Amino acid sequence: MEKFDVIIVGAGLAGLGAAYMLADRGLEVLILERGDYPGAKNLTGGRLYVNPIRNLFPGLWEKAPLERFITHEGVTFMAKERSVTLDYSGNELREEPHQSYSVLRSKFDRWLAEQVENKGIMVLSKTRVDDVIKENGNVAGVLAGGDELRADVVIACDGVISLLSEKAGLRSPGSPHNFAVGVKEVIALDSGMINERFNLEGIEGTARLFVGEVTKGKFGGGFLYTNRESLSLGIVIGIGDAMDYTLPVEVPLLLELFKGRPELAPLIKGGSTVEYSAHVIPEGGFKNLENLYGNGILVAGDAAGLALNIGFTVRGMEYAMASGYFAAQAVLKAKETGSFRAETLGVYKKFLEESFVLQDFRNFQEFPTVVGNPRLFTHYPELVGNLMRDIYTIPAGPKDRLFSTIRKHITPSELWSVFKDWRSFSKL
Amino acid sequence: MSEQIDLKAKLGLDVFKPVREPHIKIRPGREKDPRLKPALRLCPAGLYSENEKGEIVLTIDGCLECGTCRLTCGTEVLDWNYPEGGAGVQYRFG
Repeated sequence: MEKFDVIIVGAGLAGLGAAYMLADRGLEVLILERGDYPGAKNLTGGRLYVNPIRNLFPGLWEKAPLERFITHEGVTFMAKERSVTLDYSGNELREEPHQSYSVLRSKFDRWLAEQVENKGIMVLSKTRVDDVIKENGNVAGVLAGGDELRADVVIACDGVISLLSEKAGLRSPGSPHNFAVGVKEVIALDSGMINERFNLEGIEGTARLFVGEVTKGKFGGGFLYTNRESLSLGIVIGIGDAMDYTLPVEVPLLLELFKGRPELAPLIKGGSTVEYSAHVIPEGGFKNLENLYGNGILVAGDAAGLALNIGFTVRGMEYAMASGYFAAQAVLKAKETGSFRAETLGVYKKFLEESFVLQDFRNFQEFPTVVGNPRLFTHYPELVGNLMRDIYTIPAGPKDRLFSTIRKHITPSELWSVFKDWRSFSKL
Repeated sequence: MSEQIDLKAKLGLDVFKPVREPHIKIRPGREKDPRLKPALRLCPAGLYSENEKGEIVLTIDGCLECGTCRLTCGTEVLDWNYPEGGAGVQYRFG
């Protein structure tokens, strides 16, 4: 029976990040992927922020099949009948190295898997892992397609619903309140048309987030990213929040309503949808992280709950790649000692804590509670919209003074609520 | 429902490889369990429906393997797994 040094379950960004780091070190590494090819089951909104991981994977970024570098950022507060958009661009976003790129995962992950294979690591697709092999309280390998595959260490990178780490006893199925679901369409559109509609040059790109009516007041929002020759457009909605029977329409219809908004419709007009996709996203943050390692096993990426939504930025992929990298580093450390028990593999947590990964999670640990504030998704978008309407309206008769217009909306009790919300924002 | 037709067309854009046996099943005797209800609204592929007997029915064709129903309904009412290797949805864009 063949025994590997490391078996990585899942050829997503965590698994491939781990494999990339382990390459050229004389280890027998096997990646198991249940999709037809790496990337076949993987999904992003999405955009990848390169800065935090640029130096962990030197030489990777120049040739990577990324889409557009993001030079325009927008947030839209969406009320029922109007919207207010905040638009940001700056020279710093056009300077190299660019900080973030739109990305399509089937293309990117497949390419990254090829880089890993070129370095001598075996990627076995079309293979679902069914269980872990446990021996003397250690994970000693996996069962896949009826075969026993043994290894010193298993790295579970099997995504947000990580059946593997559940089977290893490291995590629970989880509460719906710590997850959201993203639903997305890829809409093909000519690159020249994209540039015209979004005011872009060459392969500059736009990222836009939408909050409010998009999710009918539930936690979540809409997103739009420009790719080279397509748009990624979708919504994200908190699962726990949407479960309480007060969501007035089905989730698939929410996406249709979003596409039909006058803010969106002209942007996607003439485009043709080429793919419809959906995926759960971890939203629990630092306080809901579960065990990241055990005897003979490490957990990385979405499987470890490593995605972070802080309103203006929504990130997961760089945490996946980095956690894969640090899991691999922990394996190398454990290899030196010859023990793959939790005590030695625990250095993984230390690596994560010393890096941006857990520092970000710690710094933004209040976010899930604060952005869970329902006023953000109904009250504020309506308030800002109404205020703008009254400021911009010129009636037939005399116009109200500006101060009284503002005071009409920002009443003393409103001010008090804003103050209370502001206090909770200050925790961020 | 018109949106259902639209959803079928959308799912028709995706590449699916045949699944030998349904990878998600409602556990026998749980068809009327209220814990299944949220899936009616939340399943992005609209695969859960309610029949005239008040039972929830799951059609697996078009499953995007997103994981939502496992979280909303739980594993006491759903026998939930991923499809076998190489089967199910295969994203070309992702």
